[in-house]
Amino acid sequence: MAGFNKVVTSYADALSGLKDGMTVISGGFGLCGIPEGLIARIKEMGTTSLTFVSNNCGVDDFGLGILLKEKQIRKMISSYVGENAEFERQYLSGELEVELTPQGTLAEKIRAGGAGIPAFYTATGYGTPVAEGKEVKQFNKRNYILEESITGDFSLVRAWKADKTGNLVYRDTAMNFNPMAATAGRITVVEVEEIVETGSLKPTEIHTPGIYVDRIIRSSFEKRIERLTLADNN
Amino acid sequence: MSLSREQIAMRVAQELKDGYYVNLGIGIPTLVANYVPKNIEVMLQSENGLLGMGPYPTREQLDPDMINAGKETVTAISGASIFSSAESFAMIRGGHVDLTVLGAFEVDQNGNIASYMIPGKLVKGMGGAMDLVAGAQNIVVTMTHADKHGKSKLLANCSLPLTGVDCINKIVTDLAVLDIKNGAFHLLERAPGVSVNEIVSRTEGKLVISDNVPEMKFV
Repeated sequence: MAGFNKVVTSYADALSGLKDGMTVISGGFGLCGIPEGLIARIKEMGTTSLTFVSNNCGVDDFGLGILLKEKQIRKMISSYVGENAEFERQYLSGELEVELTPQGTLAEKIRAGGAGIPAFYTATGYGTPVAEGKEVKQFNKRNYILEESITGDFSLVRAWKADKTGNLVYRDTAMNFNPMAATAGRITVVEVEEIVETGSLKPTEIHTPGIYVDRIIRSSFEKRIERLTLADNN
Repeated sequence: MSLSREQIAMRVAQELKDGYYVNLGIGIPTLVANYVPKNIEVMLQSENGLLGMGPYPTREQLDPDMINAGKETVTAISGASIFSSAESFAMIRGGHVDLTVLGAFEVDQNGNIASYMIPGKLVKGMGGAMDLVAGAQNIVVTMTHADKHGKSKLLANCSLPLTGVDCINKIVTDLAVLDIKNGAFHLLERAPGVSVNEIVSRTEGKLVISDNVPEMKFV
């Protein structure tokens, strides 16, 4: 009996059930807090026609960029995507569909999706290209647009620590989109630096309660730095 | 003389008040952090999920899990907090950030801003800019008054796709400080040695000028 033990020991088990054409939500901001090993495993699996919901799309040889290179991604829903050349090529040639979404709206779409809220009004994007085709409604004399929430077939999350029941703690700004991603996947897979005994995390220090988490795999991470800035250089 | 990037940042820093929570965009706005007046305390918000952003790290402090919204490695000051991007934009959208400073391609006399997209060029995305301009109570735009061909960026109507509508109330350019209200730019200050006539010639939108326009002061 597995009970509440959600730990898996192979990437094959971690991503079992991932199929062509699915929608995958990924945590991470830039290269910070991305589920590196899960992304690498999808490359090996060769799954294609995926829709990825992720704030960014990695760089040419790291993060989601490696899936772009293999043409495994059909569509990206992101707020900022300009960090890699292959992305630019596929986007301009029409091979890759891109839905640009304001960062706060993207975060809220995923949060709302995980919380069972199908859509919400926001002032963000009113009067801009983002508002095209969307319902507008006035509240207190201000205009808002209706934005629909997002859920995924899979969510890929990177956390610092997990206990075996899937309670998660994130590390510093590697948190970013991960807590929302964790709530919005039909199957949520978490890649962590450390798995601790259940009971060793204080209930009040847990960022993501285990109810949202289906599978946990321990990994080590490269943690590549996108823009190294040091005090000494200034 | 038109202002340098650093001088624009120095002038914007005069808009900071003690106890302000401030979000600084990429480019000139980032430089504002270098000129916070010594006698006040502000806390910098970075929209990936950090309130209380500190300076760049030393080699010893360097941590790949500590970055700002520009994806640069940073530190956190004493009293900082770290949270999810949804929480971060709740602060921004909810109007809890006191001042936002960001760059732009164009601003018009109705307070509209275009800052993320030039048709025909690759669109990289708006990141958090649309949320910031929709949520902040108080926004300062920094930019050069005109492009390198001398064409004004302070327009009657923005020509590029908008980032936000009716949201900008102050601009600091290399030539001037201006407010936007009642469908016009209002000239408040001019850069040292820059004439009102030069500002007029570089402003396409409606410009309201009082009898005496003082020069900016730098302490």
